[in-house]
Amino acid sequence: MMDFLNIFLSDSFWAASLRIATPLIFGVLGALLCERSGVLNLGIEGIFVVGAMTGWMAVWMGAGLWGGIIVAALSGAIFGLFHGILTIIFGLSQHVSGLGITLFGTSAASFAYRTALPKVSSPPRIEPFRALDIPVLSDLPFIGPVLFQQTAMTWLALCLVVVVWWVMEKTALGVAIKAVGDNPDAVNAQGLSVIKLRMGSVVAGSALMALGGAFLTMSAFDAFFFGMVNGRGWICIALVIFASWQPSKALLGALLFGMFDALQVRLQTQAGAIIPGQIFLMAPYVLSIIALIIVARKADYPRALLTPWFKGQR
Amino acid sequence: MIQISPKEKQSGWLSAGIPVFSALVALLLAAIPLAFAGAPIIAAYGEMIKGVFGSLFNFTEMLTRATPLIFTGLAAAIAFRAKLWNIGAEGQLYLGAMAAVWVGTGMFDGPPILMIPLVITAGAIAGGLGMLGPALLKTRFGADEVVTSLLLNFIILIFLQMMLEGPLKDPMGLGWPQSEPIVDNAILPQLITRMRLHAGFILALGTAVVAYVILAMTVWGYKIRAVGENAAAAKHAGIAVNKTYLAVAMASGALAGIAGVSEVAGLKGYLTADLSPGFGYTGIVVAMLAGLSPLGVIAASLFVASVFVGADSMSRAIGVSSFIADLIVSMSLLCVLLGGFFARFNLRWVGKSEDVP
Repeated sequence: MMDFLNIFLSDSFWAASLRIATPLIFGVLGALLCERSGVLNLGIEGIFVVGAMTGWMAVWMGAGLWGGIIVAALSGAIFGLFHGILTIIFGLSQHVSGLGITLFGTSAASFAYRTALPKVSSPPRIEPFRALDIPVLSDLPFIGPVLFQQTAMTWLALCLVVVVWWVMEKTALGVAIKAVGDNPDAVNAQGLSVIKLRMGSVVAGSALMALGGAFLTMSAFDAFFFGMVNGRGWICIALVIFASWQPSKALLGALLFGMFDALQVRLQTQAGAIIPGQIFLMAPYVLSIIALIIVARKADYPRALLTPWFKGQR
Repeated sequence: MIQISPKEKQSGWLSAGIPVFSALVALLLAAIPLAFAGAPIIAAYGEMIKGVFGSLFNFTEMLTRATPLIFTGLAAAIAFRAKLWNIGAEGQLYLGAMAAVWVGTGMFDGPPILMIPLVITAGAIAGGLGMLGPALLKTRFGADEVVTSLLLNFIILIFLQMMLEGPLKDPMGLGWPQSEPIVDNAILPQLITRMRLHAGFILALGTAVVAYVILAMTVWGYKIRAVGENAAAAKHAGIAVNKTYLAVAMASGALAGIAGVSEVAGLKGYLTADLSPGFGYTGIVVAMLAGLSPLGVIAASLFVASVFVGADSMSRAIGVSSFIADLIVSMSLLCVLLGGFFARFNLRWVGKSEDVP
């Protein structure tokens, strides 16, 4: 029991929670943006892989860390554009197109990686983002290690929460995006372009998803492995429902998730002798399902989610 | 601008032709990554064809690879027909394989005529329950089955590792996480001597025909199609929609479970955590290429299996990464999706006009 308390009192636990939450923050924000405009993007898992691979590859080829971030975001945007063309312009099944994008993104990234690096036994490494070292702030007790010794990408994620919240809640653009996900006909009647609003949201959302993947190879680790995304994209799809499509709740959801994941790792080391370690490994996925069950009935889905819209056709 | 309008009637010829055309386009598009990898393109295609049709052994290898895909393709096709999004076939496949290993490695023994149906039934039940869970969460709580069935894949895979290191572990396995071998009487017989092709293939063909008959000719099949086309209307017409979802979930999961049984009792003989290289996910592509038709699933499985077996042998001969197969398969899914659009809609150029009503 004392051990349990000690976990919550240690700064390393809270630092780890925020670190684990970071890729999910990117992913949930991206999924939120897509879904708010009325488009489910199940391509997220593949776009994570694409972002992880391209970001890492760009740095490995000498683009620099921020260059890698830009490359990852652009690759995500391209796959988002692809999903947008299939689902928004052609009005095809968002489920099937998304799964197709995931399969295509995963295999394209894996193929490109294997082609560029045919025979390496251990994956080549890059110099990843380092923990920030801010004078005074980083040395504060507790707060310092938890908040001010994270990498720049974690800060980027936190800033993006504010940006997405501001756009969605405080700007005309946000009002239009939310409206296009609820009632595209009304938006069209106002003279706005449904297609452009949805396309923009899906492309921008997919770029955010790719940053989630890039965090894995450029901040959490320093190399690309096959299967390293391991369902994180799908977890974001569950989290966005849990967050009722609100940026602030998305942050909360990702942080809660990060906490539980950090907790299971620590419990695993303490109770590993009694309970098989796999029980703890299952926890993140089980938690996502439980979160989904809790909110499912009262979830306030964007009303036009999954519904294609064609001009001049009611 | 371009105006999009639904076609008044869909041509049957077109809906059959589009999957074939899409598959060919995906194969042709593979030239781009091949060129990117610096491979001799014509020779690469030649190696692929040789890898499938070059010898009887190669051809039966392709049929062996198609066997689990027919089952997982049927699993996806039947579920998608009812618009029940079962994306958990990968997990259900492993549940089926675990059940087969659980009852088939010494718990029971008897003549093959009893043992083979026993392992298949066990696998079908386990797989069916694996999808019944997400379906119940959907009907009871309204939880989206796409996400729950997907996440279950990861849970089941971890559970599998736990079982293979625990209760199902072979004490004679030299420490490897693998199950004991399936007893001889529960092994699906080989069809041709010295070839790996096994009776699971015949079972798969038979299952596809049965699925076709059920979907096209029975009341139950009618209910599945009605729920898939318009759940609200089906409910209005007196169909028990939730009950249909649960029944479809059981059937779909059972089919994926049998894929696992067939692999473990027909091909490998024992269970490891790498039994399936994503057969569950590939089943979704197979079902879409098949236009969700059970008989089409057979053809689509043969195509996808050819891509995998052909690309494997091309990869060995030329040195291109075998991920090229996954690339072709995923591109064929996107192509057939796009092709379906042109089968259903007319495109008409109406000039520059923003005031189309």
